Amino acid sequence: MKKSLTVPAAAALEKQKQPSRVAGFLKAILAVVWKDLAAELRSRELLSAMLVFALLVILIFNFALELDLPTRRSVTSGVLWVTFAFAGTLGLNRSMAIEKDRGCLDGLLLAPVDRSAIYFGKAISNLVFMLIVEAIVLPAYSLLYNTNLINPGLIGVTILGSIGYVAVGTLLASMAVQTRTRDIMLPILLFPVAIPVLLASVKASEGFLQGLAGAEIMPWVNLLIVYDVIFIAVAFMTFDSVVEE
Amino acid sequence: MKPQSPTLKILTILSSLLFLAALAMVFLYAPLEETMNYVQKVFYFHIATAWVGMLGFMAAAVAGVVYLVRHDRKWDLLEMAAIEISLVFFLITIILGSIWARPVWNTWWTWDPRLTTAAIVELVYLACLLLRQGIDDPERRARFSAVYTLVGSLSVPIAFLSIRLFRTIHPVVIGTNTASNLGAFNMTPPMLATMFFCLFTFSVVFATLLWHRVRLEQLNVAIEERQMEIL
Repeated sequence: MKKSLTVPAAAALEKQKQPSRVAGFLKAILAVVWKDLAAELRSRELLSAMLVFALLVILIFNFALELDLPTRRSVTSGVLWVTFAFAGTLGLNRSMAIEKDRGCLDGLLLAPVDRSAIYFGKAISNLVFMLIVEAIVLPAYSLLYNTNLINPGLIGVTILGSIGYVAVGTLLASMAVQTRTRDIMLPILLFPVAIPVLLASVKASEGFLQGLAGAEIMPWVNLLIVYDVIFIAVAFMTFDSVVEE
Repeated sequence: MKPQSPTLKILTILSSLLFLAALAMVFLYAPLEETMNYVQKVFYFHIATAWVGMLGFMAAAVAGVVYLVRHDRKWDLLEMAAIEISLVFFLITIILGSIWARPVWNTWWTWDPRLTTAAIVELVYLACLLLRQGIDDPERRARFSAVYTLVGSLSVPIAFLSIRLFRTIHPVVIGTNTASNLGAFNMTPPMLATMFFCLFTFSVVFATLLWHRVRLEQLNVAIEERQMEIL
């Protein structure tokens, strides 16, 4: 008799706990994001490096490709995504290297929260950095080359592409910083794996820039969404074994 | 040193005999293709090496996942062996494909989705081997390479799907072809028989190589442990 009473009581208790666990998880994510953003706001190391680097890449493309009007039409999305990918790698590498340098990662791992909360926190702050860089590069490119890149479709693709790139990039960056060849490892690991995301982003952006019909762009956008989901899921499942000591 | 198991010895001899038989079949039994003539002979080994590459890829992905669950070092050895074999066999596939493509497509290489995917797979493997080289702790090395193989194996479904998803010039030998698949042909029964025999032969070769490679790595591990004992 007693048992039948305690079971629903325990279930009710569990139910009460459930939202608080989710809230705790979100809180942990927010704490990591806040920590990264606050650190960045004070030092401005990462964003300034990413930005200057992104602009330099565009400058180099300008000389390398002679970006005149007809060329620009066909290569703009490619140039943009190469720039984002390079600047993104720089940011991902740095954001994990500072954790490793002063033993901050160990401190983070000691926190009594789910490890995946740390992953999501790092991923979200990396995404924020990447989006800030993109938010500056896109208008700058429009201005420099007199082409309007401020287009809702293109912005949507940029956000989706960045999510996929950062999702897998954060996972691989946390692996790369723990190897002997840490600085050169990340691009080698990341680029071949991120190709589906980059390919889909380039094709979809090109479609929006050239004003193609939706039916021609959608397969690429769908591929992009699929890879966003896959990469987030894989990283969520494997992050534990990447940081485990 | 542990001697080779008798099964492994038999397997080694069997795979060499099968290999010779497959060669004989390709050159003596299979008929000449009408338009491509002798160049088409490359196809049998091209398919078979690609098959081994795929087997290796799947074995590596599965071994990686099992390692992440069980944390047993033997799965890591299996994964690494599968990756190395797959790397070599995909490379052979690409080279054989180029030899065939030169006369048929009139180019060594095109940026066709399938070819590109094969190249990406090679790069993923190379990255994985580099990653392994950069980590000293064997336990961490195993974990990282398992995670990376898992992430990398997600690029292979595209290889399978690409031929249907994108318009491609790579011929689909099994299934339907469109006019745009340059160098496609319909197989006669002897050709099919040869192809399946080659697939079988290379599967045996794969198993043999995998076993040898795992054994070699086990010996390496044993040496490492001895050295640690002495030090």
